[in-house]
Amino acid sequence: MEYEAVIGLEVHVQLNTSTKAFCACRAEFGVEPNTNICPVCLGLPGALPVLNKVVLSHALKVGLALGCSIQNRTKFDRKNYFYPDLPKGYQISQFDLPVALEGEVRIDTPAGEKCVRVKRVHMEEDAGKLMHDAEGSLVDLNRAGVPLLEIVTEPDMNAPDEAYAYLTKLKSVIEYLDVSDCDMEKGSLRCDANVSLRTKGESRLGTKAELKNMNSFKAVKDALLYEIGRQAEILDGGGKVAQETRLWDARQAKTFSMRSKEEAHDYRYFPDPDLTLFLITNEEIEEARAGIPELPQQKAARFMREFGISAYDSGILTADKRDAAFAEECIKVFPSGDKKPVVNYLIGPLLAEANSRGCGLSGLKLPAERLLELVSLVQKNVISNLVSKTVLKEMIDRQVTAEEIVKSRDLAQISDTSALDGIIARVIAENDKSVQDFRSGKENAVMFLVGQVMRMSSGKANPKVVQELLKRRLTDA
Amino acid sequence: MELYSLTGSQLAELLKLGKISAEEILSSLSLRAAGKEEKVKAYVRFDGRLERLPGEGSPARGPLSGIPVSVKDNICTRSRNTECCSRILSGYRPPYDATVISRLKLAGASIISTKTNMDEFAFGSSTENSCFGPSRNPWDTQCVPGGSSGGSAAAVAADEAVLALGSDTGGSIRQPASFCGVVGLKPTYGRVSRYGLVAFASSLDQIGPITKDVRDSALLLNSISGYDPKDSTSVNTPVPDYTACLGLPVKGMRIGVPREYMVEGIDPQVREALLRSLEEFKRLGAECSEVSLPHTEFAVPVYYIIATAEASSNLARFDGVRYGFRTAAAEGINAMYSRTRGEGFGKEAKRRIILGTFALSHGYYDAYYLRALKVRTLIKQDFEKVFGEFDCVVAPTSPTPAFKLGEKMGDPLKMYLSDIYTISANLAGIPAISLPCGFTSGGLPVGMQIMSGHFREENILKLAYAYEQAASAGAESKRRPVL
Repeated sequence: MEYEAVIGLEVHVQLNTSTKAFCACRAEFGVEPNTNICPVCLGLPGALPVLNKVVLSHALKVGLALGCSIQNRTKFDRKNYFYPDLPKGYQISQFDLPVALEGEVRIDTPAGEKCVRVKRVHMEEDAGKLMHDAEGSLVDLNRAGVPLLEIVTEPDMNAPDEAYAYLTKLKSVIEYLDVSDCDMEKGSLRCDANVSLRTKGESRLGTKAELKNMNSFKAVKDALLYEIGRQAEILDGGGKVAQETRLWDARQAKTFSMRSKEEAHDYRYFPDPDLTLFLITNEEIEEARAGIPELPQQKAARFMREFGISAYDSGILTADKRDAAFAEECIKVFPSGDKKPVVNYLIGPLLAEANSRGCGLSGLKLPAERLLELVSLVQKNVISNLVSKTVLKEMIDRQVTAEEIVKSRDLAQISDTSALDGIIARVIAENDKSVQDFRSGKENAVMFLVGQVMRMSSGKANPKVVQELLKRRLTDA
Repeated sequence: MELYSLTGSQLAELLKLGKISAEEILSSLSLRAAGKEEKVKAYVRFDGRLERLPGEGSPARGPLSGIPVSVKDNICTRSRNTECCSRILSGYRPPYDATVISRLKLAGASIISTKTNMDEFAFGSSTENSCFGPSRNPWDTQCVPGGSSGGSAAAVAADEAVLALGSDTGGSIRQPASFCGVVGLKPTYGRVSRYGLVAFASSLDQIGPITKDVRDSALLLNSISGYDPKDSTSVNTPVPDYTACLGLPVKGMRIGVPREYMVEGIDPQVREALLRSLEEFKRLGAECSEVSLPHTEFAVPVYYIIATAEASSNLARFDGVRYGFRTAAAEGINAMYSRTRGEGFGKEAKRRIILGTFALSHGYYDAYYLRALKVRTLIKQDFEKVFGEFDCVVAPTSPTPAFKLGEKMGDPLKMYLSDIYTISANLAGIPAISLPCGFTSGGLPVGMQIMSGHFREENILKLAYAYEQAASAGAESKRRPVL
């Protein structure tokens, strides 16, 4: 049977406010346990919450950036459950009047652009953290009361890749807004996924499982892939998928049942009587809108327009805010109307280098003018593209200019035919088979010979010149 | 005249004239309490004397300088026991002062560190639901002082307190005030900060004064009122000098008497006392007419849904994890929760938590909680309509005078009906005062309630003061409990 997966995501984003959502405690991390606490976030008897207005303005920005309609009336509700990391026995959240409704995120899929509808965006507070050791469990409430936004999609995704693309896009937008650092490993971005299967063509939704405990975008993708396989197997066997919450175990690469529908909490939501209804005026909405910077999609469109680069390239360059700023600087400074060489260098060797170092383009800490110098050395055939990669590494490691490296290590490209003649002769002599192949019509065989010349010249030979020389030698003889 | 028997404003006057000192007042009060506590049991953990909280930085000449204020056990006082008369908070000492306490310190008050007795978490109308045992009514120690602020009311009535703070969620200031023959005021919701008041039902709770007379009520209200940025439900509206309206003429004031309050269930002597009071108002030049608050009959059921729903959530934090009582031994977190809460809460607290949890449960929410909120709006509108035409509404405070200890403990419904006249003001968020308006033939005080529109405390105080002045000529006003 062929199934279609139906996926919805719930993302929690920790807002980067300086103080907590409902008290004046600092919302910083990595400090001694239970030092950023007060009667309010400790849930001491008699203490009352007061909303941090920055939380609301961040929420408005996110809502607007996702194309949501901002609600003029919004309120907080209590989500009641017992857990030792939850000091009040309830979480302040939003239930039926969330701050923003009905937005969208556009993602690229193999079948083209797709719109994932955002159902709602709501504000809530985080819980504390439990730490377990042999003697028992300890509670750290530094995180209790830190503001979160929950962003919930409609079940609009049909493949794990689409979920991945959605998360990437969402993260990019939120980083642009500078309302969260979106670091999944630090827990400042968390994602739960709902997934169900249905027979292709069927419009009714199947029974869903809720997946938790994924701590990277890749884990979300892996967990979804696994879960789709698991559910398909059940359905193929004539069984029924149980509605339940399942935990992803990254080590075993499996999901495990955590609780069934029957065991699900009844959170007994009701309006928090300690917090009044919030009325958001149209002026406040416009003010928030004015505070929204250029977003990735807009920036990509502008790059295409201003720099004449492709949608694909501009998409890559604008995914990260800081990288986009670096790329824009490089492209602007590049002294030529045709930006292709610098763009290619950015998304080619530079991006590869950044990926290998696990950082973004801007994380390489390479001044734009130095990069441009390197690109122009390649353009002027002073060094080959290949050699430039070595030079790039050293520029980053030692914080020196390309020119210095090329000079001190004598890396300038050899285009002088007389200097190459000797090597070429040797390569022809030593690679009889390739020579025969070429002569019998296999044009590609020359590339192998070029490679040999490059190797023997420690990469310094100009490959174009070498190829020409080789062809001439081989046909002449 | 002993100092303990004077009112706050009388003491303030003597202090101002330099005739007495704050220490003399405190020691007089302390001796009085030492002599009468055994009978009244107004305070909890009373150790033979009353002491004041250290008042760092409090001015020597604040409006309440040197005047003792006793505080209900659900209002946080830094480093002093604040236990809500519940085992689950036994030994709990908050690290902060409630906003009302900070304000009283600023006003120079001598805040008594020993707390007054109450029903556990303010759940009750008799102070019998206290883990420390019941308080007694100073007029008849076989009777309850009312509740839940029974300790504060009894202390004021027994001259063991000069001024006292109570909290009122459904009548917990006014009903004990009426039972004990003192003055109790529940301010407008939002007038007094709730920060530091251990919540029972957050949308109904309000702190207010329990005092010997109306002037003291105004005096204490002056100091505790005002916007508090720490309480999102406190209202940022100016605080007038509430003593300024005392003595202003009440001629022409329009008084409504709700017909729904004068029907079955009301004790004939309470009814008589109220009717006599209305005659007095007329003599003072006020106009009295019958009005209708048609949704009155729903007030008690609506209240017991909203109040218990909020309470069930507010009391979730008492889980034994961070503070207060924790069961001696339990395997695992869920067992620890159940046993801690099972052993820590009294019977009435458990009853209300279960009721409230049920009302909020999936599948019942719409039928109970949501419906109750809608009816609450209707009750509010009843009052708005009446206050469009009338300045005040006058009604009995409680259908009966003080009842005997144990009389209603077996029947929670009967106990709940004891607040039938007071609950509506909390649901509507309006201010209401209870002041003495006579005695039963058995010598028990009867209270009368005056309500007005939001932030119209001055209407209430003006009318109550005028009545009190007029009644002071009579012999009844001189009666004191014999202890």
